[in-house]
Amino acid sequence: MSYFRAENLSLHFGGLKAVDSVSFAVEKGEILSIIGPNGAGKSSIFNLISRIYPPTSGKIFFEDQDITEQPAYEIAGLGIARTFQNIELFENATMLSNLLVGRHRHSSTQLWQELLFLPSVRAGEKLHRRRVEQVIEFLDLEAYRDKLISGLPYGVRKVIELARALCSEPKLILLDEPSSGLNVEETGDMSFWIRDMKTELGITVLMVEHDMTLVNRVSDRVIALNYGRVLAMGSPSEVQRHPDVVAAYLGA
Amino acid sequence: MRFMFKTDYEDDITLFPHSGYIVTYGVLLAFLLIAPFVLSSYIVSQLVFVFIYATVGVGLMILTGFTGQASLGHAAFLAIGAYSAAYLQQFNVPFPVYFLVGGLLTGVVGAMVGFPALRLQGIYLVIATISFAFIVEEILARWESVTHGNEGMRVKALQLLGTTVSRDSPSFYYLCLAVLFLTIIGTLNLLRSPTGRAFVAIRDSETAARSMGVNVSLYKVKSFAISAAITGFAGVLFAHKLSFISPEMFTLQLSIEFIIVILIGGAFSPHGAVLGAIFIVMIDPFLTYLKDDLPVIIAGIAATFGADSITAGKIHGNVAAIASANGLKGAIYGVIIVLFVLFEPLGLYGRWLKIKLFFQLFPLYKRATFKRQKIYVKSERNR
Repeated sequence: MSYFRAENLSLHFGGLKAVDSVSFAVEKGEILSIIGPNGAGKSSIFNLISRIYPPTSGKIFFEDQDITEQPAYEIAGLGIARTFQNIELFENATMLSNLLVGRHRHSSTQLWQELLFLPSVRAGEKLHRRRVEQVIEFLDLEAYRDKLISGLPYGVRKVIELARALCSEPKLILLDEPSSGLNVEETGDMSFWIRDMKTELGITVLMVEHDMTLVNRVSDRVIALNYGRVLAMGSPSEVQRHPDVVAAYLGA
Repeated sequence: MRFMFKTDYEDDITLFPHSGYIVTYGVLLAFLLIAPFVLSSYIVSQLVFVFIYATVGVGLMILTGFTGQASLGHAAFLAIGAYSAAYLQQFNVPFPVYFLVGGLLTGVVGAMVGFPALRLQGIYLVIATISFAFIVEEILARWESVTHGNEGMRVKALQLLGTTVSRDSPSFYYLCLAVLFLTIIGTLNLLRSPTGRAFVAIRDSETAARSMGVNVSLYKVKSFAISAAITGFAGVLFAHKLSFISPEMFTLQLSIEFIIVILIGGAFSPHGAVLGAIFIVMIDPFLTYLKDDLPVIIAGIAATFGADSITAGKIHGNVAAIASANGLKGAIYGVIIVLFVLFEPLGLYGRWLKIKLFFQLFPLYKRATFKRQKIYVKSERNR
């Protein structure tokens, strides 16, 4: 059985088939990229996995557990974290509190304990803080700890969003266009981090990406989508040579 | 300028980042503790109102400032606290018991308001909370067997530890101060814990909060309940301070006053609630001043510039008519809200921070430091 599996996943908005019975599997410890032209249904698949939309039909399995009916807030608890295409950070909070929200699934303190800030809460806070610090070090974010998100440049926000996802210590991470809006140098850093996530932290990566250089550099396998359907699946070079993929991009 | 060298994670958690805080707040607390013995009884009485309004302000701040759920129904929560105190008092229930019951009951009602509010956002939520406030007001007026309807209810002086604490005594002042103090400490503790961060996360992006594992519905209801409970506690004190309560005291105008408290003070810190409370309590004496003295002063100025006694008398009459016009208070509130939203969205406390920074950084202060930039429009598709 695969680590993560989508079976005949469909999402219809009225007559529009955003995702049309897509099936794929992710093996533990691999980096799988989803590519495709605009409107191919890539982000919709992510929104289905993180339960922002309920699927019209189909099932999603993670570690052999059916997660199709789980409420959205429990997905993070299972160990699936995600980033967003258009950056959904908590703008009016500091980077530290943003990252600490990423630790939410690991906190177990009760409201009354927090009102009194009992030693157990304090100990928990320190533990969270230590874990957050490891992520800060991993992604070189030391300069921004107490900075408000609303004052930070786009490239940094993109990295902070990745950091917030890593703070939840996920087993599977969903990256929605990690390189969009980044310059060449920042994209280079991003590709190193994605590979380090796999090798050092042992996280399985599922990512949507347009930048083919990044896809080629990091992916183990690639899925190409168009009009909500899978066109091709395989190694990066195989998928790029696939006639249907070439047709979808060049309109042959 | 002070540089802070953090050497421990404790430095980020502590409420007092450096010794300056302890000195400042220590002096403030010492002053407040001796105030009943040095200040006039009128000012002490006004301070009690400041404490009660500030307590409500902190409660509303948790809901509106930190969780991002607007409410114009907090007068109703205050009323529930006040009426449960007045009602239970008739059966000789001791103060600590009905104080707790008043707060917790209001908290439960707050949670019940929170559930339908889960589906509403922004202006629709405001309308829903207004309707809730009207429903409560109407119930208080009609449910005569419990609330005595429009006749109102008399609230006896409270009994604590076998002594009678009258509403003007220093003991009552200390009680209100203690409630405000504990409310602020509890709120600060909450804000440095996972729950407080979850509130802020919901305010800034519900989608992201959910994807980080925050149960958005649960935390919204929690926020409503906490906010209402704090307001309920304040309501018990409010009832005792006024010694008489009736439904027409808990109108929409009171809810608006609470919004003004946090809007003018600054909705991002308990400091703001206190500053806003001072402001709102000072408005009434200010209006009295307008009514009594302003016409005389203006007429006097006119006279010095050579107006004859008849013209001066006319000016006096006109100014007096304006200053004592009905609804002047509402108009002033409106103008104040508009001006603050336009020119000082961070409120009085935000202004204070700017002044402080100006002197700390002098001469290098940049106006843009506090300007919130919104460069990238967030995706609305995932709503």
